[in-house]
Amino acid sequence: MDADTKKVVFDPLVDNNPITLQILGICSALAVTTTLAASLLMCVALTTVVAFSNASISMIRNHVPSSIRIIVQMTIIASLVIVVDQLLKAFAYDIAKTLSVFVGLIITNCIVLGRAEAFAMKNPPGISFLDGLGNGLGYSIVLIIVGAIRELFGSGSLLGYTILPSVNDGGWYYTNGMMLLPPSAFFIIGLMIWGIRSWKPAQVEKPDYQINSAHNTESV
Amino acid sequence: MIAARIKQILGQPNDSTEKTLAVTVILCLACSIIVSAAAVLLRPIQAVNAELDRKRNIVTVAGLLDEGVDVEAAFANIERRMVDLETGEFTDEFMDTGYDQYVAARDPELSMAIPGDQDIAGIGRRARYAEVYLVGGADDFEQIILPIHGLGLWSTLYGFVSLENDLMTIAGLKFYDHAETPGLGGEVDNPAWQAKWPGKLAYNESGEVAIEVVKGVVDNNAANAEYAVDGLAGATLTSRGVSQLLRYWLDEQGFGAFLNKLRQQET
Repeated sequence: MDADTKKVVFDPLVDNNPITLQILGICSALAVTTTLAASLLMCVALTTVVAFSNASISMIRNHVPSSIRIIVQMTIIASLVIVVDQLLKAFAYDIAKTLSVFVGLIITNCIVLGRAEAFAMKNPPGISFLDGLGNGLGYSIVLIIVGAIRELFGSGSLLGYTILPSVNDGGWYYTNGMMLLPPSAFFIIGLMIWGIRSWKPAQVEKPDYQINSAHNTESV
Repeated sequence: MIAARIKQILGQPNDSTEKTLAVTVILCLACSIIVSAAAVLLRPIQAVNAELDRKRNIVTVAGLLDEGVDVEAAFANIERRMVDLETGEFTDEFMDTGYDQYVAARDPELSMAIPGDQDIAGIGRRARYAEVYLVGGADDFEQIILPIHGLGLWSTLYGFVSLENDLMTIAGLKFYDHAETPGLGGEVDNPAWQAKWPGKLAYNESGEVAIEVVKGVVDNNAANAEYAVDGLAGATLTSRGVSQLLRYWLDEQGFGAFLNKLRQQET
C-alpha cells in the first residue's frame, strides 16, 4: 500500500472522521446505538453500502450527465441499500427485524451521498472503494464506542452479556435510563469531539467572524 | 446494430438530451434487475425465517421451548384453527391459506371499524377472523394461544397470550414485535417480567376481565393479587397499554364470545 492509498483509508478514522469532524450521519448514530449489536450491524451495513456505491458510481463517473448526477447517485445507493436489507432479512433475521427501518434510512445518510459526490465522481473505482471503506470504518469506530458506552451504562450489558448485574435482575447496578434515550448519544459524541479536538487542535474550526475589541474613545 | 447505436449515444457529450435519457434508462434497468434478483432469490430464505420466528413465538408463549428443544418438533403438538370473532365459533374459512389477521384488518370486507369509545386497545379496526393455536389437539387441549395486539407508548405491540384449559388462568404472555423504548417499555421482552404472568387469573369469579398491570410491585396480600402483574419501572404508558389490550382481546369485543362458548361446551 503506498502512502496515498494509506491516507485514503486511514484518514477518515480520526483525522477526517465523518462523524466527529464532518458532523455527518449524526441521525443514525443517535438512533441505532442503544445496543452494541445493533450498532455493529449498522456499521457493517453502512460500510458495505458506502464502499460499493463509491465503486459503482466511480465506474460510470465519465458518463453521468451533470444535470441528473444526484439522482443517478441516489438510484445506485438506494438499490444497494435494498439489497443489503434483503440480505439481512435472509441471514440475520432477528436483528434485521428491529433494524430494518434504520437500514432503509442509509439512503439518506449524508456520508454515502457526500463521498459519492466529493470523491467517487472524481477518482477511479479502486481508490473510491477504499475511500468508502475508510469512511465506513470511521463511522463504525464512533458508532461502536457510543453503542458500547450506552449499552454498558444503560442496560449493564455488552452484546447482551451481563457485565454490571442490574437491580431489575437482582444485581447491584442501577441502570442509567437516560443512556437508552437518543440525547445521551448527543452528549457522548459531543464529548468525543471535544476530546479529539483537544488532542488534535488542527481540527478546531476557525471562528466565522472576529468580535472587534471596543474602541478606546467610546464613552466609559 | 443496437449495440452500435448505444455506443454512438454514449459517445455524445454527457449533457446532451439523448445521452441523459439513455443513461437514465440503462441505469434504471440495471438497478431494477439487481434489486428484483436479490428480492426473488432471497425470498425463500426470508419466508423460512419468518415462519420459524412465528412458530418460535407460539412455542415460547406456551412454555414448550426448553433448552435444546427443536422449534419444529415442539410445534408439531400445536394445532392451528380459525375463529370467527362475530359468532364466537370455530370456522373453516382461510384454513389452508396464508391468512394474516393484521393484513385482513385493513380490508373492509374482512374487518370492522371499532367504535372509538370501545377501542381501548387503540387499534382502529379488527379482523373478523383470527387464528388461535391449540396445544395438544383440538378436542382435549392443554392450552389455547390467542394473538393480541394494541397500542403501547410509541408503537403497536404484537404478541400472544396463552390460557390454561380452564380458560381462566394465564399460561404465558409474549410480545414479538414492538418499538417501545429499549430498557423501559422495551422490558416487555424481559424473560424475568414475562415469568410473572403464568398462574395469574385473567377473569374474576363473575367472568369479567380482571387482569391488570399495576403500578409498582404487586402486594401478595392484597385481594386482587392474583389478577395483578408488576408494572414496568419507568414505563407507565406501556404497562397501561398492555392492560388495555388484554382487556380488549379477552372481553366480548375480542375473544370473549369465543371463550364463553368453549366454556359452555366443556360443562
